[in-house]
Amino acid sequence: MFDVEKEYKKLGLKYNEFLKIQEYLGRMPNYLELSIYSVMWSEHCSYKSSKALLKNFKTTGEYVLQGPGENAGVLDIGDNQAIVFKMESHNHPSAVEPYQGAATGIGGIIRDIFAMGARPICSLNSLRFGKLDEDEHQKYLFEMVVKGIGDYGNCMGIPTAGGEVYFDETYKGNCLVNAMSVGIVQKDKLIKSRAFGAGNYVVLIGSSTGRDGIHGATFASDELNEESESRRPSVQVGDPFMEKVVLEVCLELIDKNLILGLQDMGAAGITSSSVEMASKGNVGLDIDVAMVPLREASMLPYEIMISESQERMLALVEPSKLPEVKTICNKWNINCERIGIVNDSGLYRIFKGPELLGEIPVKSLTDGAPVYHHKFEKPKYFDDVCNFSLSEDDYLSLLNKYTYNEIFKKVISSPNICSKKWVWEQYDHMVQTNTVLLPGHDSAVIRVKDTKKAIAFSCDGNGRYCYLDPYKGAIIAVAETARNLACCGAVPMGLTDCLNFGTPEKPGIFWQFKNSIDGIIKACEVLEIPVISGNVSFYNESFGKAIYPTPIIGTAGLIKDVSNLIGMNFKDEEDIVILIGNDNDFKCSENDGMGGSEFMELFFNKVAGKCPDIDLSYEKTLDKLCVELINNGLVKSAHDVSTGGIAVTIAESCISGNIGAQINIDEKEKNLLKALYNENQSRIVISANKRNLKAIKNKCEGSQIAYLEIGTVGGKNFNINNKINIEINEIISLYNNTIEKIMSK
Amino acid sequence: MLKGRKPYFGILVFPGTNCEMDCYYVLNNLLKVNCKYIWHQETKDDDINAIIIPGGFSYGDYLRSGAIAKFSPVMSFVRDFAQNGGLVIGICNGFQILLEENLLPGAMLRNNTLKFICKYVNLKVEDADNPFTSNYNKGEIIKMPIRHNEGNYYIDENGLKKLKENNQILLRYCDENGNVNTDANPNGSVENIAGICNESRNVFGLMPHPEASCEKILGSDDGLNIFKSMIDFISKF
Repeated sequence: MFDVEKEYKKLGLKYNEFLKIQEYLGRMPNYLELSIYSVMWSEHCSYKSSKALLKNFKTTGEYVLQGPGENAGVLDIGDNQAIVFKMESHNHPSAVEPYQGAATGIGGIIRDIFAMGARPICSLNSLRFGKLDEDEHQKYLFEMVVKGIGDYGNCMGIPTAGGEVYFDETYKGNCLVNAMSVGIVQKDKLIKSRAFGAGNYVVLIGSSTGRDGIHGATFASDELNEESESRRPSVQVGDPFMEKVVLEVCLELIDKNLILGLQDMGAAGITSSSVEMASKGNVGLDIDVAMVPLREASMLPYEIMISESQERMLALVEPSKLPEVKTICNKWNINCERIGIVNDSGLYRIFKGPELLGEIPVKSLTDGAPVYHHKFEKPKYFDDVCNFSLSEDDYLSLLNKYTYNEIFKKVISSPNICSKKWVWEQYDHMVQTNTVLLPGHDSAVIRVKDTKKAIAFSCDGNGRYCYLDPYKGAIIAVAETARNLACCGAVPMGLTDCLNFGTPEKPGIFWQFKNSIDGIIKACEVLEIPVISGNVSFYNESFGKAIYPTPIIGTAGLIKDVSNLIGMNFKDEEDIVILIGNDNDFKCSENDGMGGSEFMELFFNKVAGKCPDIDLSYEKTLDKLCVELINNGLVKSAHDVSTGGIAVTIAESCISGNIGAQINIDEKEKNLLKALYNENQSRIVISANKRNLKAIKNKCEGSQIAYLEIGTVGGKNFNINNKINIEINEIISLYNNTIEKIMSK
Repeated sequence: MLKGRKPYFGILVFPGTNCEMDCYYVLNNLLKVNCKYIWHQETKDDDINAIIIPGGFSYGDYLRSGAIAKFSPVMSFVRDFAQNGGLVIGICNGFQILLEENLLPGAMLRNNTLKFICKYVNLKVEDADNPFTSNYNKGEIIKMPIRHNEGNYYIDENGLKKLKENNQILLRYCDENGNVNTDANPNGSVENIAGICNESRNVFGLMPHPEASCEKILGSDDGLNIFKSMIDFISKF
């Protein structure tokens, strides 16, 4: 007999949870049952710390067909078509085994997409590491995570067409790997995961089950420490070829109407996938572990039940259809085993052949999971850090050390600013031949064949802002994605989020979490973007130190006519460069937009000050205006001002257009460094032919959006007020080669 | 009266192939010619008069690219088809398979960058006297994407000599001005080779993806002429 009192702790359960289990069962659980509770009630599966707050999200809207609660959210894009998407984290596995951690993160999120019946059409990712300079371990993590993402996505034939990467000391011990996947589906082919109909079969399709990834969900629900290395066996191993086959099989089964439901097998394996199916359908389920194809014959029932072996799906099949399902699986040469059967008892029963090994009320595992309302309190660092600002003397002393040219070169070659070409060239971003805007622009844009439509996607999140003000920082993350979409002429339809935070039991962390959620709620309300799916990742701490609160937002937007698409690149000599939107000149506030800026971190080694302000209704008007300007063919390029400020925005338009610009910024009573590098929100740099200026100006005035001509496109130099004057070729080389140089050192 | 044959393309599908739909789209939707998928278990097909082996990761390519695909039942059909003069084009993984199958000479090594590379490259059309590149001008510079891990084409000196003597090198990597040099070589391939044909000029393998560069909106439509050349050739009979 095992010592149940000792075991529950080892499995990550709390004492009160252990008592609750006994209450539900009316007896002591056996080890198998305890294991099942431990994974189902892990933070990763149960969202016990976040559930109470997440339910406040706005989850409905004009385009929403399916909000949170299924494998992924669904948006209606017209013409009987829908897109399906979700973002998920794989932070802890990637921290200990970056290649497989990242690869299986991609694999997992892709399964969520085709579990809805959709064909994956695009992947994006948000990555965070410590600083690369002279830190071999960070370089190793970065290199292997990118390789893991690439190898998996490339083999699957899904373009990895967008994303973002930032480097900051806060992520040194706990990197972030957030992966987003998007699929497209005919609306009438959408499938859900609900189990129903006593007697229907639950069929496992795909890989055999091995001992990999046992207790992965529990691992993900704990902080990283010295012992984390020993958790490598908790990291699963990916097989993208198998997943590609499973994908084709599942889509073929759906296409032929052979299955009634489909569920991805992710964290906590057979247990969580089958329990979720049963719980959603309010039915019971009998699982027979003897039917599960195994890699190792000696596996124990509990290992079979919670193994996180990859590339497996669970399908609900009517008994009469099973032979046809098997025929298709045989054609593709993969496993197809009936491992369970739906019952109407509401009980989750685990058998090995005829022997009953465990019996648990389904709902006690899901709805009955504990819900925590953690204490929250403003953390101690907050007031100190926010009360900082750079003085005029600080700027002067910087100018005594460096010229404007030198300062600019340092900014443009910062790994947080420069091109991520080194990353995306390792990803197949063109397969499926729908990528109409190559990576490096504000959004990834995927056209929909045989229509005029395209879908734009943007991922964003700024941990520094959220550290300085989690409420505003989260708002900015949402707003930034909306603005990125607007720069591509897309109207936001819905978003997914991946919320990366420290340990929720710590009141300071939970305060960050709560405020970030409130920020997202606010931004979604004003910008009218519903949340359709998401994921929470807590315990992002190493050696007791939490990462900056980092909510990542992935937003999808609709482009009605892809032929209107413009990029961020300047196009022609003599076009006029215009700044539209909020600017210090127009909306002079006390907040100078330097708090948490890349400039401050680069030159003063500080993440401090006030998070930039944002006026959401102004943002909304600006985004609408930008889409209108693009749809009316009035502008030739649009690029949003973000990290690094307006100097970087203009430079990027020059770099991608391989053309110079002469910019003149009114310096009167103003600090030029601040003007160039502040990160004030709600600003877009556009370029246009002279003859359209009047029309653009009128539209701006009509929307009460500020309009300012700041220069001219052309020449071979990037020139701002004659203080920055550098050949565009030199800037291109700095911008494009920095990461490659660091990585090959 | 002699009438041109109607082109009918067969697109091979192995488990792990992932560019078959892209090829299908170009042929069916853009060029409006007949085409169909051919599953790797098939050993016979009487309809088709051209074969495309598309890109992807046949059987996962965990061993050497194309090494497993070679043993697929469909490959004996491909061999017979080629020996009877049928047009066969292998793109990316398809090229790798044709090398493994010895329908084309040489071998593929890992990129000398040791990384997967996805980007647009410039190519110089070295020969236009064959069924695959006849719609280009000799010396023309065209733009197509490459997307591979193993595109570092290798052939020994004798083999190279033969390739040159018979004008079997159809495409080379070059810079935007047409210079064929080391800087313009993305993967380390011998003499910047990007695509070759067999001696009888009916089997063609290339690493770049013509099917991904058939529409201006994707950044280039230079790939279209590969398929058009093949269609013209078939229609002439």
